[in-house]
Amino acid sequence: MNRFVYEQARLVESESFVSRDRNVKIYDGDQKTDFEDGEVVLTTHRLFWGRPGEIARAAVTLCLPLSYVLSLSEEETTSNFFGRKTRIIMHLRPPDVNKAPGPLDTSRAAHIKLSGKNGLSVEFHSALRETLTAKVWEISLTNETILKSPAPLGNVNDRLARIQKRTGIGGIERHLEAKAKATDENIALAFQDLSVLMAMAKDMVGISKSISSKIREQKGEISDDETVRFKSYLLSLGIDDPVTRDNFTSNTAYFNSLAQQICEMLLDPIEEHGGMMSLADVYCRVNRARGLELLSPEDLLHACEQLRGPIKLRRFPSGAMVLQLESHDDELIAIDTLEKVTAAESLAVEELAKQLGISLLLAKERFLVAERLGKVCRDESVEGLRFYPNLLLERSTG
Amino acid sequence: MAEFQWPWEYTFPPFFTLQTHDETRQQQLKVWSDLFLKYLKHTNQFLLGINDQNLPLFCNESIKRRLSSELILLILEHLQSTGHAAPLDKRRQEWQVYWYTLEEYGNMVYDWIQETGQTNSICTLYEIALGESTTQLDFHGVDEAVLLKALRLLEEKGKCELIEMDGSHGVKFF
Repeated sequence: MNRFVYEQARLVESESFVSRDRNVKIYDGDQKTDFEDGEVVLTTHRLFWGRPGEIARAAVTLCLPLSYVLSLSEEETTSNFFGRKTRIIMHLRPPDVNKAPGPLDTSRAAHIKLSGKNGLSVEFHSALRETLTAKVWEISLTNETILKSPAPLGNVNDRLARIQKRTGIGGIERHLEAKAKATDENIALAFQDLSVLMAMAKDMVGISKSISSKIREQKGEISDDETVRFKSYLLSLGIDDPVTRDNFTSNTAYFNSLAQQICEMLLDPIEEHGGMMSLADVYCRVNRARGLELLSPEDLLHACEQLRGPIKLRRFPSGAMVLQLESHDDELIAIDTLEKVTAAESLAVEELAKQLGISLLLAKERFLVAERLGKVCRDESVEGLRFYPNLLLERSTG
Repeated sequence: MAEFQWPWEYTFPPFFTLQTHDETRQQQLKVWSDLFLKYLKHTNQFLLGINDQNLPLFCNESIKRRLSSELILLILEHLQSTGHAAPLDKRRQEWQVYWYTLEEYGNMVYDWIQETGQTNSICTLYEIALGESTTQLDFHGVDEAVLLKALRLLEEKGKCELIEMDGSHGVKFF
């Protein structure tokens, strides 16, 4: 695995496409790696492995020069679920000293395995075998040889032709593949602009940061200006330097610092929202603020579980999860809810939600909290669920 | 007959929904139980069917709320636990409700017998329940089936003996 280097998936001069296969994973020696469900592309010189679509848009992918391959062998696995499949084992030379950086720097294994969900296609397998025997790279690496002696060149062309020229269904498929490849390249070109934008993202964040600090300075003087305030709201959502998984080696460290960042950014909004925010809202806010470095719901949940300090994750008996200020006490919620209910004589969930500007889910939880403390009581009828001040208890005791 | 005085809870919608908060629920059941007894006493009834949906006791048309049969059953079971009710069928649909517990009835009757010096004499159940001499007493107007149960309880304690004559009952107190 340490023979692989990171390289853009573009053909070099005199290199040509040979075969491809999908849903392929790489084993480092006998060990599984994270490189699963990828696409492999075999050229006359190199073997590329990328996540689906990466190769098509010529992104940086894993690349193994075929010159490393000493020999090929295969192994058969049988399993009850998937039936038989064949894995290809590639035995490799030791890595060059001045090799470009790759996914793994050291590896004890002197071989890698290619495996697919249903094994690798027979076509790909035979193409690999033929390409390795043809050894096109040896010749084209030294251009001079080719120029000096036309004989080997003819030989090479001959070999190439043997690999590529297929008649029948194989030939048609090859033709279709070539067409698909042309389309892929067009798409890659179209997306180049987007990748430029990605590269600019950091600068953009920097600009927005400077604008926001300028606005903050001005805010003291012209706080009534609604546009300034609106802009400051928008900019307050941004995070200067989002915590990403790449910067951390262990999950715990990653989640801990993520939790810290979430805490910092949500403290004010949660206070504004009456001390509680549902996890769905948190998810939207955090990801909107992160811009391009989106978080998965699982990562967010794990991070929230790590929250210590002013904000904590709370699971209601109903299963609903919210982030809540630690100072935010059930007793206070209950009293506050009771006030609202008493003022209106009786309230339905949606009415409270509207009054407080919170989600239905949170409004209901507020009622349930107040009910658990005996402050309000419920009325279920054909008109739906309403809550009343708990006169049943109040009048009997007072 | 004077208009029945409903408690304030009767116009309070949550009163008709079983409450989840423990203490509130206990209080709610207690008020309902009292209301059941008062209402039945007022209308001079001893029997209650859960399916008797249109009984004003079970629904308040003015606020459009009615008791669910589950809640009625719960209230009756609460009454049963305090000795004020007993189911008459296995499906617990028909209930006999006692304004006083059977023991209270028994004691009241026994006290009256002793006060009026009727020990060792025989009287009929009709005399006790509907006789002219008991009109001022709390057990006057009691259902004969309920009275019979109360007297059987007294019999177990050895305070009286029930005698059956021509399908009706007589009782001799000691």
